[in-house]
Amino acid sequence: MKIPYPVLLKRTEDTPKWLPVVTSVGAVLLAFIISGIVLAATGANPFKIYSYLYKASFGSWGAFSDVIVKATPLLLIGLGCSLAFRMRLWNIGAEGQFFVGAFMASAVVMVPLVNLDTTPRWAIISLMAVLGMLGGALYAFLPGILKAKLNINEIITTLMLNYVAVLWNNYWIFGKWSESGFQMTKTFPKSAWLPRLADYAKQVPAFSGMTLHLGILFGLFAAVIVYLIIYRSKWGYKITLIGDNRRAARYAGINITANTILVFMVSGALAGLAGMTEVSGVVHRLQERISTSYGFSGVIVAWLAKLHPFAVIVVSILFGALLVASREIQPSGISFLIQGITLFLVISSDVLLKYEIKWVRPAQETAQ
Amino acid sequence: MNWIEIFRSGISTGTVLLIATIGEILTERAGIQNLGVEGMMLVGAMAGFKIAFTTGNVWLGLMAAIAAGGLLSLAHALVTIHFQADQTVSGLSLTFLGTGLALVLGDGLTGQTGPVIPRASIPLLSQIPYLGQIAFTDHNLLVYFGYLLLPIVTYFINKTRPGLHLRAVGENPAAADTLGVNIYRTRYLYTFIGGCFAGLAGAAISVAIAPGWYSNLTVNGQGWIAVALVIFAHWNPWRAALGGYLFGILRRFTLDLQGPRLLFGLANPFFFNTNLVFFLQMTPYILTVIALIWGSSAARKKRIGAPAALGTPYQRGERGL
Repeated sequence: MKIPYPVLLKRTEDTPKWLPVVTSVGAVLLAFIISGIVLAATGANPFKIYSYLYKASFGSWGAFSDVIVKATPLLLIGLGCSLAFRMRLWNIGAEGQFFVGAFMASAVVMVPLVNLDTTPRWAIISLMAVLGMLGGALYAFLPGILKAKLNINEIITTLMLNYVAVLWNNYWIFGKWSESGFQMTKTFPKSAWLPRLADYAKQVPAFSGMTLHLGILFGLFAAVIVYLIIYRSKWGYKITLIGDNRRAARYAGINITANTILVFMVSGALAGLAGMTEVSGVVHRLQERISTSYGFSGVIVAWLAKLHPFAVIVVSILFGALLVASREIQPSGISFLIQGITLFLVISSDVLLKYEIKWVRPAQETAQ
Repeated sequence: MNWIEIFRSGISTGTVLLIATIGEILTERAGIQNLGVEGMMLVGAMAGFKIAFTTGNVWLGLMAAIAAGGLLSLAHALVTIHFQADQTVSGLSLTFLGTGLALVLGDGLTGQTGPVIPRASIPLLSQIPYLGQIAFTDHNLLVYFGYLLLPIVTYFINKTRPGLHLRAVGENPAAADTLGVNIYRTRYLYTFIGGCFAGLAGAAISVAIAPGWYSNLTVNGQGWIAVALVIFAHWNPWRAALGGYLFGILRRFTLDLQGPRLLFGLANPFFFNTNLVFFLQMTPYILTVIALIWGSSAARKKRIGAPAALGTPYQRGERGL
């Protein structure tokens, strides 16, 4: 059998350190070029769209604050995905875990679980965050245990549970929690809002109108924690080992079942926290459209960051910019398109890291 | 409740899942898992409707859908076969890419009406009591295509030489390679065929079963259900058909549950509290999970597994499995 192209792949171990960065950046640039060609083919002007994308996301401090707001859930979800993917657990259910987290956080206000007038703000917000994480973790427990005990494909279960979570939320916002027939809950009282920059506009006038909220600190804190787990803890070593070589991990006596469930739950907890920051920090109510596919974009963010927690911060900001800008751009699929092409190019570029590529002249090939 | 109508419409909607699932079975039998079915179906649905709408010819639409699904799947083939990328991530990005392409290219098609696949009854067979009414009366032609597909694909996989090669490539590519089967070519071919089927399944929605383009709600998760059905079906077309039709019937049944005031002589809770309908809408997704659990535990008992090389890239001279 002849390999149908005149290229020889040779597995290589000594990949230079800078190469992954170069290929990732190259992949993103190439993705914009290809997307631009597709856009031009549909009759749009890609230069106009891209310059608009830039202005709408990095053009001013207000716009940049919006970008960070959008990046917050992506960061939290991307971190959870990085952890799970390191163990080669495909948790695609961040979207569902996000919704359940948002639901649990809203329950604090809507049931209400505490007296909203007398309880201090920090206590309400902490309770919302804890319940949000708990909700996400429990919702991830189900696919986790199915995977660990019965080896049920977690991609399918997590995806199906996404739909279930959205419908579950709909049941509440169309019914019991509906605000006079609208498909949303009432606005939360101020005591359940995450503090945001605009709240301090009196002290610092430049902050007026800035929507940036405390959730980003949750995200940055989580990034440090996940970094410490992966690179500085025994548990992180186990996770990486299970992901790289399951059999070796088993022989080393690592409990794969328990770790599968645990990693799923941590990953779900981060997605649940993202749901909490979104209802408490951004929309201040539970409603139908609280997510623009954060759960799925988080997957791409994690992969683009090569599962490194600090790289997730950078990539989530870039994707936050894409989401902010594409809100107003028609047709609405552009951000999906760019994300899909980017991911394709990034995973294709991985071949450059694993293999040395040698061009073989056809003549040389026949001579061999 | 009209049971005949429920079964009849279930077979019609189940045809979508049937076609997509059989396509994915063929791909996975060659050792390639393509999770991008949802994206390919969306592109197929968009292309099928768009071409049928602009040319006025529904058959051209079908061909466009098949070509679109197939072309998109080649991206997955290139990345996973030649570049040896992770099939899970590649499949996911294919879903994104397909969704994005379909939304961008399908912009402005919402709310339009185009030509649809003609309907027909099968003479004689439609005279059979009950069964004739359910399966052979006034269905669109794709439903009958689905019936034909089952024996043909089963025969092809199990009894023909190319089918044997297909199974060999999926089970033991190194052995197949030594026997002179071109692994790369075979995997490309069946990834492409799977994509064609997914595209056709998408068009089966947009120009036959629920005509029109409703952005990404057109497919609404059916691609993912098809991927799950492959496991439930143990990579066997007949079981795929069973699963597909059952899902179709269930979908119609939950719709019909909302209609009557009385259900089995009792007050119908779904009629009086419309919010409970959200729980009805959950059933296909929950059942998919249950079908998956059921399917994989049955497979374990009978020692039927996924094709042994599923998900593993093949590189000559390297130890694969």
